[in-house]
Amino acid sequence: MLIYVARRLALALITCAAISVLTFVIIRLPPGDFVDAYIANLAVGGSSVSADQAEAMRHEYGLDRPVPVQYALWIVRVVQGDFGVSMVWKRPVTEVIGDRLWLTMAVSIAALFLTWTIALPIGIYSAARQYSIGDYIATTLGFIGLAVPNFLLALILMYLGFRYLGLSVGGLFSPDLAQAPWSWAKAWDLMVHLPLPACVLALAGTAQLVRIMRANLLDELRKPYVMTARAKGIGEIRVLVKYPVRAALNPFVSSSAYLFPYLVSGSIVVSLVLGLPTVGPLLLQALVAQDMFLAGTIVLLLGILTVLGTLISDLLLMWVEPRIRLQGRA
Amino acid sequence: MVDAQRHVLSVRDLVVDFVQDTGTTRALDGVSLDLHAGRVLGVVGESGCGKSLTARAILRLVDRPGRIVSGQVLLDPGAPRQQELTALDPKGEAVRAVRGGRIGLIFQEPMSALSMHYTIGNQIIEAIRAHGGLGKAAARDRAIALLNEVGIPRPETRIDAYPFQLSGGLRQRVGIALALAADPEILIADEPTTALDVTTQAQILALLRRLQRTKAMALMLITHDMGVIAQMADDVAVMYLGKVVEFAPVQQLFAAPRHPYTRALLRSVPNIRAVPRERLATIGGAVPHPESRPTGCAFHPRCPEVIAGRCAIEMPPSLLPDQEGASCFHAAVGA
Amino acid sequence: MSVTATTTSEERFAQATQLQLTWWRFCRHRLALISLGVVAFFYLIVIFADFLAIADPHATDARRSFIPPQGISLFDDGAWRPHVSGLKGVRDPKTFKLAYAPDPTRKVPVQMFVHGYAYNLFGLIPTDLHLFGTEKGQAIDGIFLMGTDQLGRDLFSRLVVATRISLSIGLAGVAFSLMLGILLGGISGLYGGVVDTVIQRLIEVVRSIPTIPLWMGLAAALPNTWSVTQVYFAITLIISLVSWTELARVVRGRFLALREEDFVIAAELAGASQLRIILRHMLPSFASHVIAAVSLALPVMIVSETSLSFLGLGLRPPAISWGILLQDAQNVQVLAGAPWLLCAAIPVIIVILAFNFLGDGLRDAADPYG
Repeated sequence: MLIYVARRLALALITCAAISVLTFVIIRLPPGDFVDAYIANLAVGGSSVSADQAEAMRHEYGLDRPVPVQYALWIVRVVQGDFGVSMVWKRPVTEVIGDRLWLTMAVSIAALFLTWTIALPIGIYSAARQYSIGDYIATTLGFIGLAVPNFLLALILMYLGFRYLGLSVGGLFSPDLAQAPWSWAKAWDLMVHLPLPACVLALAGTAQLVRIMRANLLDELRKPYVMTARAKGIGEIRVLVKYPVRAALNPFVSSSAYLFPYLVSGSIVVSLVLGLPTVGPLLLQALVAQDMFLAGTIVLLLGILTVLGTLISDLLLMWVEPRIRLQGRA
Repeated sequence: MVDAQRHVLSVRDLVVDFVQDTGTTRALDGVSLDLHAGRVLGVVGESGCGKSLTARAILRLVDRPGRIVSGQVLLDPGAPRQQELTALDPKGEAVRAVRGGRIGLIFQEPMSALSMHYTIGNQIIEAIRAHGGLGKAAARDRAIALLNEVGIPRPETRIDAYPFQLSGGLRQRVGIALALAADPEILIADEPTTALDVTTQAQILALLRRLQRTKAMALMLITHDMGVIAQMADDVAVMYLGKVVEFAPVQQLFAAPRHPYTRALLRSVPNIRAVPRERLATIGGAVPHPESRPTGCAFHPRCPEVIAGRCAIEMPPSLLPDQEGASCFHAAVGA
Repeated sequence: MSVTATTTSEERFAQATQLQLTWWRFCRHRLALISLGVVAFFYLIVIFADFLAIADPHATDARRSFIPPQGISLFDDGAWRPHVSGLKGVRDPKTFKLAYAPDPTRKVPVQMFVHGYAYNLFGLIPTDLHLFGTEKGQAIDGIFLMGTDQLGRDLFSRLVVATRISLSIGLAGVAFSLMLGILLGGISGLYGGVVDTVIQRLIEVVRSIPTIPLWMGLAAALPNTWSVTQVYFAITLIISLVSWTELARVVRGRFLALREEDFVIAAELAGASQLRIILRHMLPSFASHVIAAVSLALPVMIVSETSLSFLGLGLRPPAISWGILLQDAQNVQVLAGAPWLLCAAIPVIIVILAFNFLGDGLRDAADPYG
């Protein structure tokens, strides 16, 4: 088991490293370097920077050194928690991001749990009552859920809410609490606003998981151990839940690991449509304004948190699967 | 020569259909069998003849699209506590008390017949507690005793092992312990040794024989292996395409098989006293799919002794349960 | 086996190639078959986009801003005379702004095969023939099946033309992913060992990165000065950077399974070259799996492009894609005034649904047991 954990941790580290390289590429991609952008930005404000000063800044940020060294310098600063300064906001990147990162995670994790709690019973029902009316309804809804991209769903809900209820369904907080410091009232406000975006995000994933659960459970139901359990004389529901559902849970949990990055991705676009104060809109602004430190940091942090989420769900899977857990023991 | 021993289970004219889009297939076509306390009934036939389905139908474990159309399965026939299993709700309490409680079932594949997600102890204790009303600790003690009885070394530690940590032979012993959990009077073993190697096979058969004798259980042993039949059975029912075509005590069957199909089956078993380098006989053709059941006697297209103009049209007379004979025009029933 | 006139169905199956068998199994999935028709229909639209369009999708006309969808009336006084209402200028009593609204009293006849804006059919033949439209009469009149956008462009025509980019970008992206997938998956499955491990880890790494932020980052870095075509290919490349993993996984799985098959070992023993074994023996037997994987990868590509363009980071106007059309519908206030802008969502949903059914059917047909 230790070998498995070690391998899994190593993989997570490699993934983080890969994400950091990609982030660095993204930061460096726009033509010109950070100092050029900075000077251009200052020029808009009317002040100018001499060539010497520019050179000094380049030296300070290590921009005159070879690219790998620049990457090393950057990563050292990132590890120390220094993500650079946002050019547009003229404040440290961490300050600009603030709560937004955690709100992104809150929305994604809420969507993940929602996905599980909806997909599990529907998937079980669909498989246990294959070809029943309920199964057909679930399958049809599943296909529609799969086919409507979540930003479109958000758009349609926004329109319907606006058109028929006359209210703006977006946001994560009531207007009067949005700027307020954290309090119980604000936390409760968040809980009230969370379900809608979580539902929008969860739909596609739920459809996918229902299909996975249904297919796996149908496979498991045909296996002889189910017959063994029934031949013992225990109740049908107990048989179903204890044996085939338990076995079908493994692929279910492991596909959830791939679901998490997908949800985080989706939350970016959905946030834009629904006007959620997550990193999504900030990322888009930063990218449009070529505020690369801000954009890069968001991509990096999102990536790393996603890897963490995936890691946790993989370790969970390992814990529930006796064959992996007992590997290496006699 | 069936002893007048106590009937424990009677199957009468059991008919099972599989209803699918493509049409209805008759998988069991009027099977009748009797099980007696303390005797072993061997059920033999090629794959697809309905042996396993009969076992599952007795326990009401036939799933859709399969359906029991007619016939009866009677537990304790004739006794005051007689129960008609075919009349019970297949999901109800009553039938569940029979499953595992009165009738234990042993499966072919010991690997896939056990769940990989629970320890063997967990799975055996569940079966014990489903019928006994024992407490957790008592059920665990009984599970250890059962594992000991089926010859598993160090049962008190093995009880916490997962099935994938055991060898095939040990796993099948666990399967037997599971079937014995609630002390059933009837044991149905569905090809219990097919997936095992020859030495393990012999050990498992010996174990089954010993358990059946000491507990005076009725054992229904399903197999396609005539060798296993010769070694284990008291009486033999030969099945072909969802029908019992011959019934006889074991010596009788091997000495003077009445049905051409039985004769063909016996000819295809290697014999140590046979002429060396002689070709082993095979049965021509394959078992037809139940969908395209031949008219008349179902065996006539493969039968070497077919009577032209009769076997293909007329049905040979059916067998009466517990009566020696073959369902064939060549053999007068009950002769 | 000789082929006689009385070939029984069993013989037919015995002689069929792997692909033929797959096709027969596929034909049993009615939903998948219908979906194949839908997909084919959309690709026909791609080919004949300009011919089907009514008005020049780029032509703006401020006077036509936000005209609601019009239906075509087929009969006039009981006679077959398809027509639409003409438009008339109405001055808003408060703002004194001139706006155009349908005028039911004026009937503009709809005709087949009319001459409209000039284009090149199949990109080659210059013509100005369109399937249907109105005769060039008053410049303001037209058929607006799905209404117009803020700039007065006909949404139906734009949608038809957008299909071209949205569906072709999927094909281009899949082609690229397929190359990557077959190459890496093939190497992985063929050689195994360390190479396999490295490629497998690489796939896991790529799959655990959230794609949209990554795409956004990469797409935003494309220079503003690039032409539509350059951006088109760059976006294709960016999208395929992530989606090759699934294809690689399928290819590797098939390679691993086939390597052990008797016919491959037999070919090896017969001294066939590695390349010949792959091309002649292995490729045909997993072609159907790859086709299924491709049809499941296509909708992902299409949604990706749509999402990116919707965010304003993908293709840029004057290119027209479904995502770009939906971008206009981003604002809920605009949407409340002109809900027909959401029409662009319909083909997205239909095409994705069709590709998913098609892919499912193909996968079942290719691999009925797994």
